[in-house]
Amino acid sequence: MTTTSENTSAEPRVVWLDKAIDLTLVGARKVAVPLMGLAVFLLLWATAANSIDTSLGKFPGPQAVMQQFAGLYAEHVAEREKEDAFYQRQEERNAERVAIDPSYEPKIRAYTGKPTFFDQILTSLVTVMSGFLVAACLAIPLGIAIGLSKTLNEAINPIIQIFKPVSPLAWLPLVTMVVSAVYVSPDPMFAKSFLNSMVTVMLCCIWPIVINTSVGVAAIDSNLVNVSRVLRLPALRHVQKIVLPASVPMIFTGMRLSLGVAWMVLIAAEMLAQNPGLGKFVWDEFQNGSSDSLGRIMAAVVVIGLIGFLLDRGMLQLQRSVSWDKSSASR
Amino acid sequence: MSVILEISNIDMVFDTPQGPFTALKDVDLKIKKGEFVSLIGHSGCGKSTVLNVVAGLYRATKGGVILNGKEVTEPGPERAVVFQNHSLLPWLTAYENVELAVKQVFGKRKSKAEMKEWIEHNLHLVHMDHAMHKRPDEISGGMKQRVGIARALSMQPDILLMDEPFGALDALTRAHMQDSLMEIQNELNNTVIMITHDVDEAVLLSDRIVMMTNGPAATVGEILDINLERPRDRLVLADDPEYSHLRSEVLKFLYEKQRKVESITSAKAKNEKKTKDGKRTAAA
Repeated sequence: MTTTSENTSAEPRVVWLDKAIDLTLVGARKVAVPLMGLAVFLLLWATAANSIDTSLGKFPGPQAVMQQFAGLYAEHVAEREKEDAFYQRQEERNAERVAIDPSYEPKIRAYTGKPTFFDQILTSLVTVMSGFLVAACLAIPLGIAIGLSKTLNEAINPIIQIFKPVSPLAWLPLVTMVVSAVYVSPDPMFAKSFLNSMVTVMLCCIWPIVINTSVGVAAIDSNLVNVSRVLRLPALRHVQKIVLPASVPMIFTGMRLSLGVAWMVLIAAEMLAQNPGLGKFVWDEFQNGSSDSLGRIMAAVVVIGLIGFLLDRGMLQLQRSVSWDKSSASR
Repeated sequence: MSVILEISNIDMVFDTPQGPFTALKDVDLKIKKGEFVSLIGHSGCGKSTVLNVVAGLYRATKGGVILNGKEVTEPGPERAVVFQNHSLLPWLTAYENVELAVKQVFGKRKSKAEMKEWIEHNLHLVHMDHAMHKRPDEISGGMKQRVGIARALSMQPDILLMDEPFGALDALTRAHMQDSLMEIQNELNNTVIMITHDVDEAVLLSDRIVMMTNGPAATVGEILDINLERPRDRLVLADDPEYSHLRSEVLKFLYEKQRKVESITSAKAKNEKKTKDGKRTAAA
């Protein structure tokens, strides 16, 4: 009796312990290997940076970039404090004038300080997401229509094939001129610079989404289409119940492709057109040419990379939650 | 019993890059209400084409199909199809797959509660109660085919068309599914056309076996009446001399009279048909 009870109580504990050790080892490996990779990279970067001399001083190493991050953050905080102080002064002044002359209507003026690094990050993010969303709203229905109709495909496909390889930056001057000619309003809801960047992003997002959606729709298993025919599903229900879910994996492939390209294009467009955003930050720092400039640009490069990575992960996560086909969402 | 379906002198000619290909020539068949008819023949002889014409997925080049006195011009739920590869929508559960059909067919006639009951009834009929909220990738091949059958039955079709429903299953599962099908048939007494490769399956399930000649220009070769008493039991029938006789009749037709000689021309014809059935590939 005693031996059996000892055995049963001792054994699960050993198994549990073994499992815990295994899991820790696997976990440690998963964390340790990328960390080692990162350490080697930082070391190489620091060594290489140290041996490159430019007219603006040494090429920034990891340490210099960290310092610049701290500096950029301090600048951001200082700018916000200045802004708060400005509004406070304005309010006090207005209150004083109203106290003296009750009929005075106080004027509220917006703060005009220069946007900080973090403001620019936000601007770029908003621009890329709005351009991307507008493109998706246009491209998915168009892609479905092209995928469903052979005639439409034959009519539109050549046009898409010609526009697809055009760098959206080539569109930028045209977009700028058209926006300033067409978008005239005394009280504009969006800044023109925002519209320029957004339309440019949209132009580069549309093609991959249209193409992937239409291929996904055209490649639907003919048996599923036959099910729909036997059930006599009306056209709209056919799209909603069969076509859309079946092509979700391909639609997401297109969206991830285009979002990645859009982020790259946006930075270039902001540099070229001097539209607010991370691209403008990089260009301004380059023109500025202080001893901190290269470090700040390098900090921006790191942030651009991180955001691009996070955007892609975000899309992947969205795909996992939306798509039935988990295998296509694993990469 | 009255004739419910009439396949009337059908010709089927496919346009291929090598010119017209006659798949079916003068196929003529009458099917009575409540009858279970098997179509048997070598692969590539056009069995599926016959079924697709009855389903309305293909239009016959000549001749036509008449169901309940009306000509068939397009697919419809009164001619429900059980597809060979189950064709369940992979993003819906078993229940939702049947629901899609029930909503489409009975959406205006049944209340929500009635529809739910009807869906569950059909899934119960194929013994899928326990897994009705699982998706196709979570259940076995046999279970998928059961759901496919439930979906077809739920449309309350005038005629049930089955395209090699158990062809992709292993032998044991197939026997199990055949027993289930006989059980359901016993209860509902549907009119069924089933395509099969399997001689035992054909003899076990059918009231009549329609044997088709080899293509191209395939047609009905012989028709064999199966007058074995129902309900049938595969174990009892195994020793039945009548069963053995019927079985050998079919085998004789397939392997003596219509011996399949895979010549170059017929292989080519098969490939042509395949490309015709193939999915449209989009130019990317």
